[in-house]
Amino acid sequence: MKPEYDIIVVGAGPAGSIAARFAAEHGVSVLMLEKDRDVGYPVRCGEAISKAGVEEFIEPDPKWIAATISKFSFNAPDSTEVVLDFGEAGYVLERRIFDYELARTAANAGAEILTRAYVNGLLFENGKVAGVKYEYRGEQKEVRAKVVIAADGVESRVGRWAGLKTHIDFRDMESAVQVTAANIPVDQNTLYFYFGQEYAPQGYFWIFPKGNNKANIGLGVSGLIGKKKSALSFLNNFMEKYYPSAPILTSIAGGVPCSITLDKISAPGIMLTGDAARQVNPLSGGGIASGMIGGSIAGRIAAESVKMNKPDHILTYDKAWHDRLGKRHEIFDRIKNGIYNFSDEKFNNIAHAINKIPFEKRTLGKVFTTALINQPSLIVDVAKVFVV
Amino acid sequence: MSIYREAKNGKLMIDILPDKCDFCGCCVGVCPEDAIELKEAEIFIIDPRCTSCAKCVWSCPIEVIKFNKEGVLK
Repeated sequence: MKPEYDIIVVGAGPAGSIAARFAAEHGVSVLMLEKDRDVGYPVRCGEAISKAGVEEFIEPDPKWIAATISKFSFNAPDSTEVVLDFGEAGYVLERRIFDYELARTAANAGAEILTRAYVNGLLFENGKVAGVKYEYRGEQKEVRAKVVIAADGVESRVGRWAGLKTHIDFRDMESAVQVTAANIPVDQNTLYFYFGQEYAPQGYFWIFPKGNNKANIGLGVSGLIGKKKSALSFLNNFMEKYYPSAPILTSIAGGVPCSITLDKISAPGIMLTGDAARQVNPLSGGGIASGMIGGSIAGRIAAESVKMNKPDHILTYDKAWHDRLGKRHEIFDRIKNGIYNFSDEKFNNIAHAINKIPFEKRTLGKVFTTALINQPSLIVDVAKVFVV
Repeated sequence: MSIYREAKNGKLMIDILPDKCDFCGCCVGVCPEDAIELKEAEIFIIDPRCTSCAKCVWSCPIEVIKFNKEGVLK
């Protein structure tokens, strides 16, 4: 441990590890601090990701791939199932191994890593963030840095201490619960999504296979729904109805910030990335791939700023993120808000209409077009997703 | 594991139920006052900052944050 690093990354999830790796690869000194005792654990995630999302950053490895996904199954409230075939579309990960491996790649690039290091404050110098205060095994410590990258997750507080407005509207926070259960006899190459009032109003319910008939079963609902009925009650109802005797291997709660990215994700001496920056895809709630993309941009720009000795350079991060994904997320967010208000009847009608398209002709574009007949106001936004 | 209220001025109206918390951080994300402190397996409400706005109560996925006896939903 040195008293000062070029860059400190707070949080060793996918966004933090990729930020640390990209920064270290540019030849600057990097320290990554993780509050938990283990990198990658506990896992608070449905663990599904697109193939492209993984491959941009790491070679797929069977040891952290629990299932390979080729089909999506969307289920309407009246049990109408719409199946879409996407070829080799994605994976369900073993996040506890995946996150470990990502951290290892950061370490291989030269980053130092410390777990059980709980960051509880920032150091300032001339109005600029100049390092972090942290607690390590009961001792209060400090370490200085030219740039602090906060990848401290949905519960992020680091940005607030730097004066950035980071709290998320409770209506945009998807409160989620999930169990990993055994003896769930679903197709091991299909992601299952369930919509409607019974399953997960203003959100969705999922079953993601994890190989050998294990599956992640969970849901997220907006805080507006949680006011009346908690995510846990929805999950308990579902399990009692469909899998009353399934052995439960893991159960976990979590929050998924489904909103557009924060107004500001950088300030003098500090950058935010991943869930902390609200870089989650607000439509799907997926945050692994977008967090890694955010982390890669943050890590690169932070390193450039150190090497050029131009502290203000980190402020270009906001635009770089917006151009790569932030703009797209704004459109996804509008589509999400449209879908939020769908009635069960509307979901049913859309499912019936899509099932009239022959299976082999069900491209994503055709499915969306069909869905839009039932919600014309979304046409412009959906068109933008495909055009941009 | 310990879960407790940091200060006790008699006015705090929101409680985190001992032993049921999963430390997921949902409540921290929605708290507009930065009034919740979360470590690895330790969470508490920073009493003087809490305005009892209830956003953490509504967002908690597993019903661990509740109003206590004196609490009134706004």
